[in-house]
Amino acid sequence: MNPTQPERVPPYPVIDPLECKACGRCILACPKKVIVMGTELNARGYTFAQYTGAGCIGCLNCFYVCPEPNAIAVHLPAKEMK
Amino acid sequence: MEKVIRTRGIYSSFPRKGGAAQTATHYCPGCEHGVLHKLIGEALADMELQDRTVVISPVGCAVFAYYYFDTGNVQVAHGRAAAVGTGISRTKNDAVVVSYQGDGDLASIGLNETLQAANRGEKIAVFFVNNTVYGMTGGQMAPTTLTGEKTVTSPAGRDPLQAGYPLHMTELINQLQAPVYIARVSFSNMAKLRQARKAIRTALEIQRDGKGYAFVEVLMACPTNQKMNVEEAIQFVAEQMEAEFPLGVLRDCTAERDPIVRTESDYRKETLDHLLGLDTERAPDAVLDSTAPTVSVKMAGFGGQGVLSMGVILTRAACQAGKFVSWYPSYGPEQRGGTANCGVVMSGQPIGTPMVSAADVLVAMNRPSLDKFAGEVKPGGLLLYNAAMGEVEVPEGVRVLAVPALELATKGGSPRAENTVMVGVMSVLGGFELIESAYHEAIAANFAGKDAAIKANSAVFDMARQWALDQSE
Repeated sequence: MNPTQPERVPPYPVIDPLECKACGRCILACPKKVIVMGTELNARGYTFAQYTGAGCIGCLNCFYVCPEPNAIAVHLPAKEMK
Repeated sequence: MEKVIRTRGIYSSFPRKGGAAQTATHYCPGCEHGVLHKLIGEALADMELQDRTVVISPVGCAVFAYYYFDTGNVQVAHGRAAAVGTGISRTKNDAVVVSYQGDGDLASIGLNETLQAANRGEKIAVFFVNNTVYGMTGGQMAPTTLTGEKTVTSPAGRDPLQAGYPLHMTELINQLQAPVYIARVSFSNMAKLRQARKAIRTALEIQRDGKGYAFVEVLMACPTNQKMNVEEAIQFVAEQMEAEFPLGVLRDCTAERDPIVRTESDYRKETLDHLLGLDTERAPDAVLDSTAPTVSVKMAGFGGQGVLSMGVILTRAACQAGKFVSWYPSYGPEQRGGTANCGVVMSGQPIGTPMVSAADVLVAMNRPSLDKFAGEVKPGGLLLYNAAMGEVEVPEGVRVLAVPALELATKGGSPRAENTVMVGVMSVLGGFELIESAYHEAIAANFAGKDAAIKANSAVFDMARQWALDQSE
């Protein structure tokens, strides 16, 4: 590995607070338990799921179980070049 | 460079939805319709099929699926997706037809059409959402409701002695030879969701390759109507639904099947006219004319008095004269006796409805018809009645004329042609503004092949016309 290459950013989910309807499917599906339900309300009156900020392994479970098309996107690091 | 996994094949906002929150679906929190939408959209996008795809929205909560899918969309009546999908597939050979239906839509009212379309091996991918209840209407019992399951219409639980057993659609479809792929899936854990994703992609690949019918039943709960939170809903699917409706791929003969090639559809006007035996020569295209009057005519009498043909002759004449025209009959099941009426609307503009509820002209051939329809003549309108019925009461503010139809028809040489008499009188007094030759051509077309009848009816028409001209002087 090239020692000058910047450190890989780990995968992470981006949960749009406005689009979440607080069903909690992502929380149940997360194998690392790194998504939690917040207590604040969004503009549409729902509480919303939040990423704790660390521990995501990029499994995409939260993305696939989320019923709202615009609520979750998952950022994955590019595959390492051999 | 990082990669971002986000929803694909679904619009990013939903302006068709209107109102507030145009970036959110209309589905209840926790409902898995959105999960299935995303999987279908993703597969279509990945396979670059969106431009070939028509998604059929059902009746049910997914009635508004067309808000979401970035594809072609239609929304159809309950259970009719199979028929409409067949039509789309047969007219657009290359179309990827996706039928998205719930259990009420597909397994209840649409059961027959679903089985027939599957049996014909139509090129349709059916995604059948089974959540054991009618969701949109408030959680009533569905064909798929589990034995003992409480719904608002089975408050003591579904009793098989009263309501039969849960309908196994996937197994029913599996009795048919034509389908290429049949599977039942759920999202009750991640491994099953990934199996479901694969099944959805297979069903769509079959459409991409034009191989035929694919049926994927998707088990879900309805958290709102079943009063469950998401955890309970998942448990319900995994423990109760999957026990009744086992998951799995029941059939996959994708590899053995060849693409279905259908002959090119030909929808040219002349081809259709020929196919339907239509007389294109005598049916010129209508000409837009904003100055032409729009006239609604109602003709009524006993069955057998020729009121329907009276309407047809009038319609043919208007058509011949380049008008937009409609003919709308209404009659009982009996061929003679009973009552019959028809409405004709002619105009210089396209016609909105063929129904005549307020008539500019009413022709009443018998007393019951007069009694029934006299009140529907517009003020200042014309009421023609058969003089044979004697003294009649007529509404005020209407021009009324008793026509001695039998007498004139007999004088013209054809006693049966009382209806033609009425056409002749209307041609003068009806305010239609059609050229006279159009009526003769209409009579010739109506009695095509019967020269004696053409001659006799033309004579009767002329006689009636002359009589009407004499009356109006």
